[in-house]
Amino acid sequence: MAEDIKKTIIEYVRKEYLDEDSDQQITEDTKLITSGIVDSFSMVSLKMFLEKKFQVKIPDDKATPEAFDSVNNIINLLKEFTPL
Amino acid sequence: MAYSGKAKNHYSTELTTIRGAGLFKEERYIKSPQMARIKVEYPVGAPSKEVLNFCANNYLGLSSHPEVVDAAHKGLDSHGYGLSSVRFICGTQDIHAELEKKLTEFLETEDTILFPSCMEANAALFEVCLDKDDAMIADRLVHASIVDGMRLSKAQLYNYKHLNMEHLEEKLQETQGCRFRMIITDGVFSMDGDIAPLEKICELGEKYDAMVMVDDSHSTGFLGKQGKGTHEHCGVLGRIDAITTTLGKALGGAAGGCISGRKGIVDLCRQRARPYLFSNTVPPVVVAASIKVIDLISKSTTRRNKLEENTKYFREKMTEAGLDIRPGVHPIVPVMLYNAKLAQDVSRDLYEEGIYAIGFFFPVVPQGQARIRIQISADHEREHLDKAIAAFTKIGAKYNILGKKKDEVIAMYGM
Repeated sequence: MAEDIKKTIIEYVRKEYLDEDSDQQITEDTKLITSGIVDSFSMVSLKMFLEKKFQVKIPDDKATPEAFDSVNNIINLLKEFTPL
Repeated sequence: MAYSGKAKNHYSTELTTIRGAGLFKEERYIKSPQMARIKVEYPVGAPSKEVLNFCANNYLGLSSHPEVVDAAHKGLDSHGYGLSSVRFICGTQDIHAELEKKLTEFLETEDTILFPSCMEANAALFEVCLDKDDAMIADRLVHASIVDGMRLSKAQLYNYKHLNMEHLEEKLQETQGCRFRMIITDGVFSMDGDIAPLEKICELGEKYDAMVMVDDSHSTGFLGKQGKGTHEHCGVLGRIDAITTTLGKALGGAAGGCISGRKGIVDLCRQRARPYLFSNTVPPVVVAASIKVIDLISKSTTRRNKLEENTKYFREKMTEAGLDIRPGVHPIVPVMLYNAKLAQDVSRDLYEEGIYAIGFFFPVVPQGQARIRIQISADHEREHLDKAIAAFTKIGAKYNILGKKKDEVIAMYGM
């Protein structure tokens, strides 16, 4: 289950934030915010995607750059709101 | 006194962090009017130095144009200094209405409303026009003032990859259930000088019943054959629902901005736009001078033509000299250096050579895309451009980057 979620988020990040010709690898540990792949503006749409996809409501104060900085961090965040 | 040690220490730590990251912004004192050749005191306390300015948004060279300055003087005499009021109480003079009408005619829209700045126009628009059942679909690299404006709206935020029309179409398909949708883009993006494909954007807007909003701050006055802006350049006059733009760049450069577009949008902004309702009216002196600016650029395209020629010349010669510049037609010319320290060093050396141009690096631009952003003006003469090209060539040779490709520069200096 967690593997599926991981795959879904990685796929979304790759499709949504990387250029088609990018050869950058995204793993569960890749830094998303601090590396600049996802900027603070784009974080809003990432949050919206997660909320829709996993049927959760992430409070704004929990949606911090740290919490979104890697797929692993995001999974940990989602665990707080839903039994993954 | 509630300015506690705790707060004081916190601010001090923040400032130290900014300094430590090399992101501390210093102001440089300009001791002359804004024009191609300026007198600068930098660092503060140092003797003044005369340099050529290549980093102002003074695209048309109108910031200190004698006719504009004269119009400002006359406006000051005829309409006073300040109005001590917002627009709807007692802050609207005949010249405010006249400027709005002139902007409408120049931009070929239905109506225009002035704001104290384009930042405030962007802060107003989305909150007034869109609500929680609506969607804002924005290019990922839109200006910070648009990002802040969108934050003030309850509408859902979607963004698409920079200039990527397939991705925009996906977002339009994804949001079909929303009540209203607005596609949001800069006309020209300020870091790269790249131009939004407005024809395709309008086509998609029409296909999916979405409004189109363009911030044209870096093109009003000079892009397009008559200088009307990106919508003229792209052949979509009359098809943009809301244009926000500034009087603070090409159009005299003092202050002020506007929303120009559909009458319904402008009318509603007059009733509900908070930055319009709760901030002071644009000062009469700025309004009077702006009217003169619109008259000058409506009457003659000489200055925008010269800007176009200057831009073409500069871009060609810099490329011939082996500098790596982003291709394009806009007077924003990014000279790519990729490494942040290299960009700062080149900027410092340029200043030594009498050329004032600033380095930009992460987080202002993406990591590994540090550059010097050159801005060409109609105020520049050929000799000014030649001096800048010679300085870049000399400094480029010093750092061994002439004729080098991106990978080679990164191999030498890192990202």
